[in-house]
Amino acid sequence: MTITAPTIWIFFPILLGGSLAFVRNRKFLSYFSATVAVLLALMAQFVPIDKALLIGGISLKISPSFAILGRALTIASTEGALLTLIYGGAALWFFGSLAIYNTTQIAPLGFIVIGLLVASVAVQPFLYAALFIQLAILISVPMLVSLSQPPGKGVLRFLIYQTLAMPFILMAGWLLAGVEASPGDLALAVQAASMLGLGFAFLLAIFPLYSWIPMLMEDSHPFIVGFLLWILPTMALIFLTGFLDRYSWLRTSPQLAFALRAAGLLMIVSGGFWAALERHLGRIMAFGVIAETGFSLLALSLNTSAGILILFLLIPARTLTSALWSFGLSVIRNRVKTMRFSDVRGVLYDAPLAGAAIVLATLSTGAFPLLAGFPPRLALWQNLASVSSSAALWMGIGILGLLMGAIRSLAAMSITEEFTGWSSQESLPQRLILGLGMLGLFILGTFPRSAQFFLSDLPLMFERLGR
Amino acid sequence: MVLLSWIAVAIILISSTSILIARNWRISVAWLAAQYLAMFILLLSHAPLGMALVKLIAGWVSCAVIGMTRSGLPNNPAGQGIWPRARLFRLFAVGAVGVIVVGVVPSVNHIMADAGAAIASGALLLAGIGLLHLGMTSRILRVTQGLLTTLAGFEILYAAVEGSALITAALAAITLGIALVGAYLMIASRSIPAEAS
Repeated sequence: MTITAPTIWIFFPILLGGSLAFVRNRKFLSYFSATVAVLLALMAQFVPIDKALLIGGISLKISPSFAILGRALTIASTEGALLTLIYGGAALWFFGSLAIYNTTQIAPLGFIVIGLLVASVAVQPFLYAALFIQLAILISVPMLVSLSQPPGKGVLRFLIYQTLAMPFILMAGWLLAGVEASPGDLALAVQAASMLGLGFAFLLAIFPLYSWIPMLMEDSHPFIVGFLLWILPTMALIFLTGFLDRYSWLRTSPQLAFALRAAGLLMIVSGGFWAALERHLGRIMAFGVIAETGFSLLALSLNTSAGILILFLLIPARTLTSALWSFGLSVIRNRVKTMRFSDVRGVLYDAPLAGAAIVLATLSTGAFPLLAGFPPRLALWQNLASVSSSAALWMGIGILGLLMGAIRSLAAMSITEEFTGWSSQESLPQRLILGLGMLGLFILGTFPRSAQFFLSDLPLMFERLGR
Repeated sequence: MVLLSWIAVAIILISSTSILIARNWRISVAWLAAQYLAMFILLLSHAPLGMALVKLIAGWVSCAVIGMTRSGLPNNPAGQGIWPRARLFRLFAVGAVGVIVVGVVPSVNHIMADAGAAIASGALLLAGIGLLHLGMTSRILRVTQGLLTTLAGFEILYAAVEGSALITAALAAITLGIALVGAYLMIASRSIPAEAS
């Protein structure tokens, strides 16, 4: 019996998501979706693609390709580790929705979004990925806005900016093919690179096109925004790495390395600066996410196999940090009017674990030692310093801003009247999830090799950069 | 065919400008439908009839979706006459886009495998005026129309160099998706003042 890998990791999740849209039982949705996501992650890790398996006398083979409208969706065995990471990360959010109200749409639409984003990795030729990413973005909108809530400006900007990315990337892909055919045409190369730069500037919300992120964190449910701000940039970064891997002239261009470094530093410094000054817990997370993308761009700018390793080392830390941060914010959001500093005063006494999770997640983004974000940032810092000491200094300034944001968040949540006692109002599932999440942050920070067993295979996705 | 293509470019200029300055949403949706007809004519010179038809039908269905959704929403009498302001300014901005398009058409035509001046003009006009539209408004109906206009421009240009069925299907799905998302957001915003009738 033969089954195709895209059927398992693309079509099945999309169909399942469509079916789950009619289920209203929050507990069932949460347990069932998280279990399915974990199973898909385990299958991706342990079931080999394109090799026959004998299960109870039945020969089963997962073939990598599925033909669709004259093109192919191909999931190679080297992409198994990425699927593990994506479905494993999604399971965190699906399980987390058990303890957070108003998040029933995350599992059904989340499965569809993930299915489309996996299709974006699988589609051949790879530049068609922009189309699948765009479809995922359109599906994300109903996650962010419910029919009973007027949409904010952040959602509209999200829709506009992300949609504008697709035409630029598709055009750039076409122009890049022309550059390959005539490598001496410098003008064409500049046009292609500019198109590509603009496309990814929109897609990755690179400075100054990230204004929608803080707006979205203010307007929409932080748990859902956290999910989207994890999955969309992660897949967009993998798409960008695919471009660099595919085109050698782009990969070896010193101008591109400089542009990536400049964009990454701008995002880290501006994200850190605004996180240090911000007075809204949700918006601080938004600036943390912006800085996180900046770290990934810096890793790509190193243009070495070490840079790719750091890029993939950043992903598990980002996954856990975003999940914990958005979960903590959602717990607190249910107890306060808004997440402005003036409204969250003393909330640490009512929700100590959620408050601690927010502070630890912010510290982890700011490369605080012993937390998940520290090892990849330290490696990045060391490698960056060997390329440019001024760039390393600017990265340090951005990190300082993020750490200040953490301290200010802690101060805002802990300030209250004298002699206020601790009275944790968090439910048991909330405490369990927050506790496990914080433990995970320490484990990833103290034993960074704990994620190595699947991270080591991730760079193999890229034929040239990863080997 | 060349004459027909230039007529389509003229329709594109009139329709996209009208969408930008129209006060009545019915008129702007009707012009959007006309815009897709002009796009269909331009596509015929490069793409097979079937593919051009897919894009036309997707566009018209999108117009129907946003028109039907908008017709079910209450009008805002207080808003009548408020939007759009400064028609002259908008016309001036369209003129500026036109001048830029005239300037860049030869080079874009050269880059896009000599697709034809009419194709390049029509596509760039749509993309430019669509972007102008997106920069001028934050109203959901207008944003949806702006996105559809910009994408229509891109589709004309891209069809000249890429004829994949998968691309055509995905772009049609995206066109419909944008209209559906716009409709969804319009319904979600029914508690706040809607677009002026």
